[in-house]
Amino acid sequence: MTTRIFGSGIRRREDPRLITGQAAYTDDIKLTGMVHAAILRSPHAHARITGIDTAAAQSAPGVLAVYTGADTAAVLNPIPCAWAIPDSDLKAVAYPAIALDVVRYVGDAVAVVVAENRYQAEDALELIEVGYQPLPAIINPEDALGDGAPQLHEDAPGNQAFHWVAAGGDTDAAFAEAAVTVSETIRQQKLIPTPMETRSAIASYSSAMGELTIWNTTQNPHIARFVTCLVTGIGEHKIRVIAPEVGGGFGAKIAVYPWEMIAAFCSMQLGVPVKWTETRTENYIATTHGRDHVEYVEMAANADGKVTAVRSVVYAGMGAYLSTAAPGIPTILHGLMYSGPYDIAHIKADVYGVFTNSTPVEAYRGAGRPEATFLLERLMDKVADAVGIDTVEVRRRNLIEPFDNNRDVAIGITYDSGNYSAALDQLLGHIGYDGFRHDQGHEREHGTFRGIGVACYCEICGLGPSQVAGAVGFGGGLWESATVRIYATGKVNVFIGTSPHGQGEETTFAQIVADEIGVDVDDVEVIHGDTDITPMGWGTYGSRTTVVGGAAVALTMRKLRDKAKVIAAHLLEADEADIEYADGQFFVRGAPDRAQSIQDVALQANVAWNLPAGIEPGMEASTYYDPPNFSYPFGAHAAIVSVDPDNGHITLDRYVAVDDCGPQINPMIVEGQVHGGVVQGAGQALWEGAVYDDNGQLLTGSMMDYAIPRANLVPDIEVHSTVTPSPHNPLGVKGIGETGTIASTAAIYSAVMDALKPLGVTQLDMPLTPERVWRAIQESGHGNGHRHGHGHGHGNGHDHGHGHNH
Amino acid sequence: MFAAEFEYRKAGSIAEAVQLLTDNPEARLLAGGHSLIPLMRFRLARPELVIDIGGIAGMRGISVSGDTINIGALTTHAEIAGSAEVQQANGLLAEAASGIGDPAVRNRGTIGGNLAHADPSSDWGTVLTALGATVSVQGPTGSRTIDVGSLIEDAFVTALAENELITTVSVPTLAANQRAEYAKMAHPASFYSVVGGAVVVTMDGNRCTAASVAVGGLTPRPVKASLVEAALSGTTLTQDSIADATARLSEDLAAAGVDIIGDLYASANYRAGVAPIEVKHALMHAIGLAHH
Amino acid sequence: MPNKVPITITVNGRARSAEVEPRTLLVHFLRESLNLTGTKIGCDTSQCGACVVKMDGVTVKSCTAFAVQADGADVTTIEGLAQDGNLTAVQEAFWNNHGLQCGYCTAGMIMTVTEILERNANPSAEEVRAGLEGNMCRCTGYANIVKAALAAAAVQQGG
Repeated sequence: MTTRIFGSGIRRREDPRLITGQAAYTDDIKLTGMVHAAILRSPHAHARITGIDTAAAQSAPGVLAVYTGADTAAVLNPIPCAWAIPDSDLKAVAYPAIALDVVRYVGDAVAVVVAENRYQAEDALELIEVGYQPLPAIINPEDALGDGAPQLHEDAPGNQAFHWVAAGGDTDAAFAEAAVTVSETIRQQKLIPTPMETRSAIASYSSAMGELTIWNTTQNPHIARFVTCLVTGIGEHKIRVIAPEVGGGFGAKIAVYPWEMIAAFCSMQLGVPVKWTETRTENYIATTHGRDHVEYVEMAANADGKVTAVRSVVYAGMGAYLSTAAPGIPTILHGLMYSGPYDIAHIKADVYGVFTNSTPVEAYRGAGRPEATFLLERLMDKVADAVGIDTVEVRRRNLIEPFDNNRDVAIGITYDSGNYSAALDQLLGHIGYDGFRHDQGHEREHGTFRGIGVACYCEICGLGPSQVAGAVGFGGGLWESATVRIYATGKVNVFIGTSPHGQGEETTFAQIVADEIGVDVDDVEVIHGDTDITPMGWGTYGSRTTVVGGAAVALTMRKLRDKAKVIAAHLLEADEADIEYADGQFFVRGAPDRAQSIQDVALQANVAWNLPAGIEPGMEASTYYDPPNFSYPFGAHAAIVSVDPDNGHITLDRYVAVDDCGPQINPMIVEGQVHGGVVQGAGQALWEGAVYDDNGQLLTGSMMDYAIPRANLVPDIEVHSTVTPSPHNPLGVKGIGETGTIASTAAIYSAVMDALKPLGVTQLDMPLTPERVWRAIQESGHGNGHRHGHGHGHGNGHDHGHGHNH
Repeated sequence: MFAAEFEYRKAGSIAEAVQLLTDNPEARLLAGGHSLIPLMRFRLARPELVIDIGGIAGMRGISVSGDTINIGALTTHAEIAGSAEVQQANGLLAEAASGIGDPAVRNRGTIGGNLAHADPSSDWGTVLTALGATVSVQGPTGSRTIDVGSLIEDAFVTALAENELITTVSVPTLAANQRAEYAKMAHPASFYSVVGGAVVVTMDGNRCTAASVAVGGLTPRPVKASLVEAALSGTTLTQDSIADATARLSEDLAAAGVDIIGDLYASANYRAGVAPIEVKHALMHAIGLAHH
Repeated sequence: MPNKVPITITVNGRARSAEVEPRTLLVHFLRESLNLTGTKIGCDTSQCGACVVKMDGVTVKSCTAFAVQADGADVTTIEGLAQDGNLTAVQEAFWNNHGLQCGYCTAGMIMTVTEILERNANPSAEEVRAGLEGNMCRCTGYANIVKAALAAAAVQQGG
């Protein structure tokens, strides 16, 4: 037998078009007669619109039309939120495509110009006169809930979008009885996802047919079609959404935005295709953000460090409106993960969703789970300090023991399989934990400040059973689909409902097909991202594509294999029970030399000249797969950092990841997902944060100010794995897209606090900028001139040194 | 982003550029474009006339004559960084050039354009001030020479008349007994200097006989640190003596009467607090007390 | 309205003449007028490097140059690298080493890595990272881009 294609790190089949510039992203597409839209956005975080004069813009060169909220509201329904968390008093406030009388964040749409070209559209935007009566704005989600805070929506008194509580056990009693309790205030800063491709849409409406086509930078074209139907009133069967090449999403391309609805509106009015593409500056205010929690969290433990309880009060900023999936993130995807990989008997999550005058929040890589992991890991470190044991040891004492088929946790969910201590053990070996601790003692005596941080995690992925989706208020299903067609020539098309945008499923799904039915992987082409062509599916997010969509592909192949077996038996004039299958060949048991290949069978099935009775022509099958449970990938990560106490500069020296996503279809792709995720999480720890002033102006409004990680600021990421199959998934796979981000922020933060421990620093907000670190050192009385020990020479600061800025 | 409309003229000579500037006082010069084009894309600059000087012959290139390096104003940062002559004659110049922006920006951005823009967070102002560089400036009535330290008067303000342009930057070569270094803390997104310190020390063994120190990034214009220089001169340089000397920087900054810049990333307090550290790092590197 | 300016730019070996508004960015000229959409736009501020092309032998950010400035210049875009269907060593190395995920930064990355190796045939990982400081990627964490650059260097050295 040759090397199995499942598990082989073959190079990606989507890459040739991407490395030659031949791939077509939305903004690369041109349609005959296409015109260009530009959206006028509110410069105020909160204001009443007193008047809009579009006359000058209307008559500007090249301008076809200018529309305001009054125009769009006459045609478009408000933008719906699709995740109505039950029992949470959720306020589904009106979210008009273009603001009507009040703007609620900097970036809210006020008008749209359509012109022959984009330069003309931008010129005309400047000519629109808008009268604003500024209103007080509120940005901090905790403050927004307070008395006297400016009110965003009449329908949401006190700015409360929802209040959700989940609990298991008796948390109050556990805290009352605990030998040790620790607490922390955590600010999960607002983050700007920053996919390299900004958002873009082209809408083309055929008035004759009443049909709307939207090319849309989306992670989930079928959801986009569904919501577009609700907003435009056009029948779902008359709407086609195409997600062409999509340049990264990270959650920011889940939402169905007002902007593509505005493009649709313009096309419906003008009868020509309308393109709208964000600038980056526009992207930073108009595309959804992530995180934005103020958290008060506590942990209770026995004197030996065994954790008994965890509880939180979380104020989760929603921004000015509820984006498509936003309410589910701090609740279902966050509060339900408070056990992490640990055995904790009593858990309570108390979460307020709050409206603020800022860009709406959505899923952002990890979505709720990085925040849950961060608070657990932060509290574990504090418990370790409180009881006087090592930070790794406290984790070890609390990890859930290995299990291979279902483990209930106190908050009320059931993990699929796990071997958490194995991942931790492997991690400690790779990073050389004991050796580092040994060296660290000496280094500190010599005035060098290095730290190590370890984060263990377990996350909820593979979303998810549709029955559960319904029970938790998700406005759709979470199953996935695949249709596989084997042609007479033996070549294969796979049509999937998910919509990958960088994750490589054109390759991994082809590997599944090749593995299941013995065709060459190059004979398989995976088609996605077009609602007219692909079967219904719910999209690519939540590390679900391979877990749920991949399962659908595998099960489809098994159906086709069964059908092929019947046909092969017929062709071989044998009893079906005597037919065996191996490596793409069907043969009578014991006579492999007289075989029918899958290609032979596919030819016969397609021409249908000689099929057994009762067998339909064609070699095509579909599967609609609804998973019985979520999947729960897990792992342990470690970071080593250096801190220069003179200027507060942090250097990420080393990073080791051990992840368990079950069996790996393509280890090269798995490794790439971990690399990217880890660095993205490092961004939150060290550099990234959306900052607003008191008036609600975004101060980090461009790539000049908002720092995403650069090649010269991060080390290589060392990636290892354990393999614990999920018992309920046909492939055993668990998902890998988010693990890096979920673990790395916590690991790096922990490493920095470890480095700073001898300097008396106990709390810092992220991102850990040099100034924050420096200031904390100064305030703890360990600033320059107050430290003893030998000179530490030049710091390790990557970003400073003799003439270089790297 | 999309610039507003403008009229475009390509100047064929320095004289033509000066004439166009004289006739159109509100016009902007375009060289590499790395200062002007981003402003125009945001419509923060919207000149009616843009004069492209990028093609003027004789304004680009490097020559060393005696103890002076002459650099045409249109010479790119990358050309300076990559010049064997510059590396030989003044290593700091090459090193500073190689730390500006990123490779593609260095391929396009010019030393003259950078100085004329007078961005406080630019590296050239600080480095060239410490090196005692001068610029040759051409106007309608002829040319004149200005010290870089005097050229930059304030944030985005230079001593250039509106119809003058920088033609050449002249930088002294470093003598065998001189050591020079630039240390900066860069903003992680923009790469601009948050705090930069440039030093040139003349050494007699371990003893410093003369010092030139400038800081920038934290101030609207580069500031010459004469008290730090005085404290270094005549001193045997050790970690401690360097720390003592750089501690005088706060007095220099106060004497200069400039506001310390503070922003979202780094407050004025922080910048003032770490500026002596950057200068110390530069000095330690210059004399080989710290590892690269 | 300002006059349009006639320009001729040699793009991927072919002279292309047009009349452009002076404010037209080089990247817009390439993408909109020449339909060479392989070059991307990722920011407004010269930070991200998605728009990097080669102009007169060196990489430039085509979002920070007006098309009129490129009059008479020789420009190579991502579409101009592979000759007769043969990928360059750098393109091949990006493919072999999973140096891309969503692909949006890839054109700029490949152009930049190509220049890094032209200037230094045998760079260290650290030198590659320094050379990539003006190119942002949100997917790969840069690890496999660095690996691809080193692999391409090894292939070019060997060949």
